[in-house]
Amino acid sequence: MEIIAQYGTIMVVMACIFGFFMAWGVGANDVANAMGTSVGSRALTLKQAILIAILFEFAGAYLAGGAVTDTIRKGIIEPSMLSANPELLVFGMMASLLAAGIWLLIATHFGWPVSTTHSIVGAIVGFAAVGISMEAVHWNKVGNIVASWVVSPVTAGVIAFFLFRSVQKLILDTENPFANAKRYVPMYIFLVGFIIAMVTFTKGLKHVGLHLSWGESAAVSVLIGLVTMGIGIFMQRGIKLDPEANRDFHFTSVEKVFGVLMMFTACAMAFAHGSNDVANAVGPLAAIVGIVNAGGEVAQKAAMPAWILLLGGAGIVAGLVMYGHKVIATVGQNITELTPSRGFAATLAAASTVVVASGTGLPISTTHTLVGAVLGVGLARGMAALNLRVVGTIFVSWIVTLPAGAILSIMFFFMLKGMFS
Amino acid sequence: MVNSPIMQMFARSPFKPMQEHIIKAQASAAELIPFFDAVIANDWNTASECQHRIAVIEGEADDMKRDIRQRLPASIFLPVPRTDLLDLLRMQDKIANRAKDIAGLMLGRQMQIPEPIQDELRELLRTALQTIEQAVLALSELDELLAAGFRGHEVDIVERLITELDRLEHKTDEHERELRASLFRVERDLWPIDVMFLYQIIQWVGDLANRAQQVGSRLQLLLAR
Repeated sequence: MEIIAQYGTIMVVMACIFGFFMAWGVGANDVANAMGTSVGSRALTLKQAILIAILFEFAGAYLAGGAVTDTIRKGIIEPSMLSANPELLVFGMMASLLAAGIWLLIATHFGWPVSTTHSIVGAIVGFAAVGISMEAVHWNKVGNIVASWVVSPVTAGVIAFFLFRSVQKLILDTENPFANAKRYVPMYIFLVGFIIAMVTFTKGLKHVGLHLSWGESAAVSVLIGLVTMGIGIFMQRGIKLDPEANRDFHFTSVEKVFGVLMMFTACAMAFAHGSNDVANAVGPLAAIVGIVNAGGEVAQKAAMPAWILLLGGAGIVAGLVMYGHKVIATVGQNITELTPSRGFAATLAAASTVVVASGTGLPISTTHTLVGAVLGVGLARGMAALNLRVVGTIFVSWIVTLPAGAILSIMFFFMLKGMFS
Repeated sequence: MVNSPIMQMFARSPFKPMQEHIIKAQASAAELIPFFDAVIANDWNTASECQHRIAVIEGEADDMKRDIRQRLPASIFLPVPRTDLLDLLRMQDKIANRAKDIAGLMLGRQMQIPEPIQDELRELLRTALQTIEQAVLALSELDELLAAGFRGHEVDIVERLITELDRLEHKTDEHERELRASLFRVERDLWPIDVMFLYQIIQWVGDLANRAQQVGSRLQLLLAR
């Protein structure tokens, strides 16, 4: 207790710095994966992509990032074990931030594709199981989280498969794909607006002070879907069938229509990414702030202050503006085989999956979900050539990241504990 | 250092290179027209230049083939069976190989084309080249097929192109038969060994069309699943 009274402010400041740094890393590195498909399919210019990312990553983090942040903050560890010495939780959360941050730096340096989510979850489980006790970990909750890492890419893959099949049936495989594209693309745009709004209204927004019933949420979401659809119809109005451009490749004009759709799915993806990944950075911070503010009580009831999500959102945007735009450009330039009709199916499937996970409070990897979605489109015979070795690399990165995050956070935990007591 | 699984996931598409490859193969076969003109005119300098061009283009096609193969390891996931695609590539390449065989043999033996069959031989070559052009046309739909996901309306378009390809190959067969008959009528007046090789050349020109048709049927196999 005294430790917290004595060092409370400095702990919060340190946690803010670590948390901001983590959010910065998410913005600098991970956003590129979320936006790469949109830039790669040339539906968006780099500038547009960055603008969309800034706006919607922030909106997603602030409006829908609460549930996952809560999971990281208090879902993985059993707090009753810590009521006697709450400072352990503070040390642990700080250690986790440090561990995940350093592990990500190492991985980025060597070019390993590791996930921020996996690092932070591994780190928290690590310090809690070893530094406190095995019973301190909500193992069934951790089991759910780990299961969701398998389920989310598969789900996204299945959605992407059927989305792309529907695009084939309704548009691409018909006698007049262009007319059908103009007819059906607005409906997909409606779907994008509706899904994102629905999940946000039913699952998020509590902390913003907006309480809507399920019916109200549905009504507002339909409205938002219709508005986005209206914007989409307005945007695609100017696209005309261009026989000149179509001579060489018959689907040129059709893909232009899908380009409009891709803009909306890019927004959805940025929103979804922000809503899920901000928690990796600010979840531990929220836990620390909660304890310090309560003067050492491990207060579970206390609502999370909104400024924490704002800080996370700001960190993501800072990383994006300072460094992330370069990564987005590189990723986009290297994905040249993706056309908007595919990009849309993969991105929307991933965005929906991630946003639902965010609403449910499950921290998942956006990148892996997107990989699953791209594979789904591939299985529908939609992709020219996919490198399946990536799937193997992802599995290896899981197996390495969880223990690496755990070991590092255990080290930092005992170091911090020694330093402060 | 940028390290994105999303980025690594996208391998380079083999479909555009496949189209470029068959255009290359067609280009080498098309050089046979000036080559035959030079042979019939007994202009062996020009014929030698033509043969050289054919060999160079055939070599380029070979390089392209190797490049495509190298980019298709077993870990690459394609919308069509990988082995069928490689088979199609092999067939495309065989067109260029045969064009080179024809030019090489005719130049090496400085073959004389007897006057009575000259026009018919030219006609046979023209229909064989038409067949190849049709195969190129069918292959040019490959990127559209990819865009449509190898299903639906695009498949019908390609099926129609392949039907026409079969018709052209059949026409080449007929020409080949007629040309053999014409050669048979005059063969007694010629050197036996020369005649043997003339039959050989006729068969090889017919092969050009056969292989173009094979390209079509391999393409059909790609769609058949």
